[in-house]
This record gives sequence, C-alpha cells and structure tokens, in this order.
Amino acid sequence: MVATLHQLASVLRSKNAGPFQITIDLIFPDAQTYRRVLQSGVLDAGAVAELYRVDARQVSIIGFDRVSAIKVTIPRNFGMRGSGSAFDRDVYGAQQHGPLAALVA
Amino acid sequence: MAEELRIVALNGCLGYGFDPRSLALGAQAAPHMYGGDAGSTDAGPYYLGSGTSMVRREQIRRDLSLALAQARASGVPLVIGSAGIAGGEPNLQLVREIVLECAREQQLHFKLATIHAEIDASVVMDALRSGGIESMPGVPALNERDVLDSVRIVGQMGTEPFADALAAGADVVLAGRACDTAIYAALPIARGFDPALALHLAKIMECGAQCAIPQGTNDCLLGVLRSDHFLVRPLAPQRVCTAESVAAHTMYEQGDPLWLHEPEGRVDMRDAQFEQVDAHTVRVRGSRFIPTPQLMIKLEGARRSGYRAFTLAGVRDSGVIANLDVIEATVRRAVRDNMPANVREDDYQLGFRFYGRDAVLGEREPMRRSLPHEVGLLIEVVASTQALASHVLSLARSSALHCPFPGRKTTAGNLAFPFSPSDVAAGEVFEFSVYHLMRTLDQRKLFPIDMERI
Repeated sequence: MVATLHQLASVLRSKNAGPFQITIDLIFPDAQTYRRVLQSGVLDAGAVAELYRVDARQVSIIGFDRVSAIKVTIPRNFGMRGSGSAFDRDVYGAQQHGPLAALVA
Repeated sequence: MAEELRIVALNGCLGYGFDPRSLALGAQAAPHMYGGDAGSTDAGPYYLGSGTSMVRREQIRRDLSLALAQARASGVPLVIGSAGIAGGEPNLQLVREIVLECAREQQLHFKLATIHAEIDASVVMDALRSGGIESMPGVPALNERDVLDSVRIVGQMGTEPFADALAAGADVVLAGRACDTAIYAALPIARGFDPALALHLAKIMECGAQCAIPQGTNDCLLGVLRSDHFLVRPLAPQRVCTAESVAAHTMYEQGDPLWLHEPEGRVDMRDAQFEQVDAHTVRVRGSRFIPTPQLMIKLEGARRSGYRAFTLAGVRDSGVIANLDVIEATVRRAVRDNMPANVREDDYQLGFRFYGRDAVLGEREPMRRSLPHEVGLLIEVVASTQALASHVLSLARSSALHCPFPGRKTTAGNLAFPFSPSDVAAGEVFEFSVYHLMRTLDQRKLFPIDMERI
C-alpha cells in the first residue's frame, strides 16, 4: 500500500545547514521502510530539484544506513541573500520539508 | 596521556538554561572541564551586524553564574565559545562583562583568557586578491564590494587558540566566534587523545543534551573520552541517550551525515559504531581523522541591507482571499504612483506574505491553489532609511485595506488589524555578505588572546 513520506518517516525535519543551504532529514522507524523509500526512487535529485525549483546538480541525497535515514540537502533559494536576509521566509529553515512530506512511496 | 577525559556540556546555547541538579551530578563525575557553546548563525546575520545578543543578558548571567561557581569549585577550566551569539567584539565584550559581574558577586578569582575573533577587512581583502578565498556550497563568489560593505567579519577559530589559552593556565576561556567543536575538542586533542574521537564527541556535546530522549538543548551532557572510544550520557536522570538518538544527532544541521568538516581536517564517520552501554549511556567508536593539507578558516561577515517596517492583518472573506494576487498588484501600483518624485524605485522593496496560503514556501508551495477560509497577511518593506520604510508601509497598508477588486463586497475594509498602531518600525536588516573559507597559515595570528587575572 502506498503511503506518504510523512506517514512513513518517524522524524521529518528541515534546518539550515549554514545560512545558504537547507538540509532535510527523513528518519524511518526501521531498515525495511528505509530501503523501501530508497528503492522506490521517489527521492531523486531531479524530482527534488523540480519540487524546490533548484538546480539538480546542487541537490545532494545521502543515505545513512546506521539510523535508517536519508538526508536531502538543497540550496536556500529564498530570501535576498541567505538566512535572515530581507524577505526571508524561514530564518531557521525549520519548515521546508513540506513538499517532500507529500511524496508517496 | 590519562586513561580518560571527562567533559560536562552545560547546554546547547549559553542562556537557554539548564537544571542545576544536572550540573551538580556532572560535578560528581569529576570532569576535567566544563564547556558551553554560546553562538550560532542560525538566528541570522542581525546579531553579527548589530553586535547585539539574541539571548538576553539576564539569561546569560544566570547560566554563567552557576557554571563559573561550579567550575571554580571543581578547580577545572570553563570554556565558552562564540560569545554573545555572533562572537564579534561587542558580543564578546558583553559576555566578558557578565563574567566579571559574576566573579565580583561571588568573590571568585581566576585567570581569564579572552580570545578575539574579529578579522580585519584588510586581511580578507589580501586573501581575496591572492586567491585565498573559497566559496561554501550555495554561496555567491566573494567580491571586494562584499568585503568593504561588511560592518563586521569574524572567523570561526579552530582548536589551537583554545589549546594555547588552556596551556597558558586559563581557568576560564571566553572566545569570540569559534567552531562549535573546537570548544570541546581543544583540551582532549592537546592532551593526546584521538582527534577523530575528540571532534566527533565535540560535535555531539555542542548541543548539550539535545542528543538525548527527551531532547534537552537546555540541559547538561557528560562526555567521557578514552583511547579508542567515547561515552555520552545525559546528566538529568529522566533523560536517556540511545544508540539511535546519538547516531541521529550526528547528522543534525549539517549537509553531510557521514563527514565532519573542521579546520584541522575531516572526520570520516562512515564506520562509526554506536552501542548502548546501559539505560542512559552510549559508546561511540570507529570515526577516523584525515588531517587537512591546508588550514581553512570559515569567515562570516554581515552588511546592512536596509531598514524594515511591517504590518500584520487577518483576512476572513472568501472574495478577498480569492483576489490576493490582484490586491497585491494593485497595492504595488498605488505605492509606486504615490511616492514623491525624489524616491527612486530601488530605494525600497515591498513584500507580501499570505499565511495560510503559501507564506512559508512561496511558489514552491504545492497547495497554494487550494484557498483557505482565513489568511494572515504580512506586508513587509525594506528601504534605504527607516523613515522611507515606514512611509512606504503606511501607503501600502491603507491601499490594501481599501483596495478594490472585481466582485468586492467588503467595501468597508479588506483587513482585520490586530493592533493599533498597526505598523511596526523594525529597524536594521542585515545579510551575510561573507560566508567563505579563507586559506590561513597560522590561526594563532588571527585569533589573539588576552590573559588577565580576575
């Protein structure tokens, strides 16, 4: 049965990785769910780039087997120049995971 | 080398608080040092630019007062890094004043090392001109304008300045901007422990008990470093570290979950093992250190990009909500048409955020076409002066309140303002003008140390 990444992940969080990048952690409750999401191909650089309107070459997706987690890191393309600049939307980058949450695997 | 080295981390940010009982339990473990990370870029460039602290003076004083008393009673060093959030000179001096106040109140006497972290623009300019600056991922290349416009530039010091201060006999080390890990890794590396384990432990300790369950950014953590592994344990009895919670914390707020990048080199955590020792404690081993052939110091600079004014209002009418884009365009035009001739269009910028629709994600919001029953409207202006920002906002606010649109029924007003006055003059706006790496031969020259007897 398909489920959203929000349903599948036990931790789904985003945060600045420095003022110019956002890093999104998806931690799954077990290795099986983690493998299922990895193998579904739903998280690939092209798809993430399209969702977040960034260059796919600047998207990094790294699996961390030890904790059944996937880390997605993207450039911060809002605000005039990095976190806390004029017209920023999310100074800590803590609410940027929503578009990934809705993907299904 | 001693068999083990024990460190107590106060919390994840000096001023966030901690349970004094946790600190007392930490003292019972007879630690070799107490540490506290007081800063971060998380809250944005404002604190670097303005030289002020996000954490209130009273908060810092509360934590420092308890920590100083305990460290002096234990007779071991207290090491604080990234003083005053940004670690610039005014930020550092604020925390130094608080240290002196606490010392006076409690009649404590000690050797204080203050390590400065501001880097002169001429040093950065020389590095830029000689090709010694590298961009961090996602950061625009540095140019001379960025350096000259910066009101303040700091460098993130590595372990060496801390080690020097400790070697000189400092009982309290108060550092400006520092790598989070340097605060905790300097002492063990100086005493001959494995830099990989020291830096990996430091990466976990810099957030206090955030790696525990329940998370405690505002509580103490004990680290025990040995020759081939380290242990971490939260000091409050109601918290536990699990192998999963500690491993997961390793990947926190950094782009790569498997590597730590520090000025001294890289830590390869791909083969790190996390094992439960008892109900509260986790053992970590297996990280490896790869020294860097070229020392690189991360620079952070802030420049003022203008002054902000903003207002907030609610919308609870389906017709207004369906026409927010029309209203935004109409208001922008009204502002432009009603500005005095001497104000140029690039003297100000106007922004609209629609909370409930797409304020957090903007055009990347997949749900932005499904309209809610209520929307929060934020109108923000950033302009070259505060007076101009407030002037533009006032025009935008009145235009939005009375803005016509096709099918409008709300002819008495489109907006519900929660406040009178509705407009807020929010002061200076900064941005990170510099967030780059600088090739450095000797970081001791960049980060001078003052020693004084208190």
